[in-house]
Amino acid sequence: MNDNFTHILSQGMYPALLNAVPHGIAVTDRDCKIVAINNTLEALTGVMSADAHGVFVDFVLRSNIARRGRTFRDVLAGGDPMVVEGDIVSRDRRKIPMRFTITPLQTVDEQTVGLIIVLDDLSAVVSPAGLEGDSAISESIIGHSSKMREVFELIPLMAHTEASVLITGETGTGKDKIAEAIHKRSNRGSKPFIKINCGALPEALLESELFGYVKGAFTGATKDKPGMFRLAQGGTLFLTEIGDMPLPLQVKLLSVLDDREFFPLGGERKVQVDVRIIAATHRPLKERVSQGLFREDLFYRLNVLQLHLPPLRERESDIRFLINHFLRFFAERTGGSVKTFSDEALRLLMDYAFPGNIRELRNVVEYCTNICQHQQIGVDDLPKQLLAHTRSASQPSAASPLFSSIPERPDRPREANRDWLSIEKEMIIDTLTQTRGNRSKAAALLGWGRTTLWRKLKIHGLMSPTEPNNEQG
Amino acid sequence: MKILLTIQDSSIAPRFDQATEVMIAEHDGQRLHGEPRTIILPHRSAEELSDLIVKEGVDCVICGGIEESYHKFFIWKKIKVYDGVIGSHAEALQRYLEGELLSGMILPSAQVE
Repeated sequence: MNDNFTHILSQGMYPALLNAVPHGIAVTDRDCKIVAINNTLEALTGVMSADAHGVFVDFVLRSNIARRGRTFRDVLAGGDPMVVEGDIVSRDRRKIPMRFTITPLQTVDEQTVGLIIVLDDLSAVVSPAGLEGDSAISESIIGHSSKMREVFELIPLMAHTEASVLITGETGTGKDKIAEAIHKRSNRGSKPFIKINCGALPEALLESELFGYVKGAFTGATKDKPGMFRLAQGGTLFLTEIGDMPLPLQVKLLSVLDDREFFPLGGERKVQVDVRIIAATHRPLKERVSQGLFREDLFYRLNVLQLHLPPLRERESDIRFLINHFLRFFAERTGGSVKTFSDEALRLLMDYAFPGNIRELRNVVEYCTNICQHQQIGVDDLPKQLLAHTRSASQPSAASPLFSSIPERPDRPREANRDWLSIEKEMIIDTLTQTRGNRSKAAALLGWGRTTLWRKLKIHGLMSPTEPNNEQG
Repeated sequence: MKILLTIQDSSIAPRFDQATEVMIAEHDGQRLHGEPRTIILPHRSAEELSDLIVKEGVDCVICGGIEESYHKFFIWKKIKVYDGVIGSHAEALQRYLEGELLSGMILPSAQVE
């Protein structure tokens, strides 16, 4: 241990100071070896401070953030504090989520003599209710907001019935993962979980994929194909984007759900199946029913149990956890150290509405971790599209006439408890008014491509009925 | 008998689920039979490591921190576990053969590495 550090500790007040803080604290020297740990950390790790003295810190902490000590050495080398979330395995063999604040310990002449590591127990807020004991699922679905807790509480209940489940929610909210979680926890968990995207295939192909065909049913059918229903025998068939299923197929699906049997294409013998259906859609099915695009009887048949996944903008308290989760995820994948966001960048991310939800957040974090060459991700490393949105929303900049001309965005939906679609519609109208109807300028101001704006105009019914069905500038 | 140690460089890996390397040694209760062999794991996974331990017919595991569910699994499989061990794997193995190893033990080698 170096002399400077010994000198500091010799003043005698440090043990009492460390013990006064209600968090686990480890103090290390420049070699990341323990100098002292406080009572709280002793209780967590089961290692006494005297025994831990001189031991490499992560052997005592048993964290998942150390990356063979690189995380600590990075802080020592960089001189900047780092906050990172991870977990430890405690003396009683529990995995406890922790926020680690790693701060270089410097003398008055700014010489780094070691580290102080503070562990903040997050278990009270991170544990997803209802999913304890299922680590594979709870690790893939992250959330502690009240809305997600409601979802987590429903998953075991839905898993223990045979009824069809309809999962609704915007794109990127994790409908697939929830469907898989329900399947895994059900009695069918050991049987197949087959997913098919009803919106990705043309009608004829979707029919043959779902129900299979027999040899000779059509040109090119050189052998029997079992189809997804038969592949999922005994398990669960997950029909995603069910709202996009063509009407004729909806009839056949309804018939299978009622009778639990069907004829494969070209087949003469009925096939009996025992399959549970979980369906998902990002479309408002009730509206599609009233528009005649979705069969009402099928809607009621599928909608026995309904689970709505909240969009990310309604899960404000989860955003930060998800950001940290993805930072760790990409650091592990690339083998680099865990990066952090600067306060300003983090504020912009928290202000952003994430219309693409978790998928978009994940992509933003992946973009930033790849683009940023430093340990800390700054505002300049954020995707430009996101900057356009957040700046327009929160701080119109005089330096940028482009951004300053965007009308002030309405209140955040979580504050005003309003539907995002209505806010988006209002935002589009305001921007088009500002640009006197010029869509190219409006798209630029909104940070979208013209096609995106055109698509959204269509969604919100902002196209005039006489307008041709292609993009107009 | 077979013993497996989760290792990180020359030490016992701090955590079972984060280990990417294991050492397997055969012994008669007092001395080793042949050289221990080292296996590099394709990725960190407590599940896959548990499978490996069962498939290899390991009788005893020496590791760092381990979650209760895996600990219970090994007890159920009648596999002895010495967890929370801190120090070099060579010393841990030696202590084990001498019958002196305990769970949660901080070996002298932990302070000098």
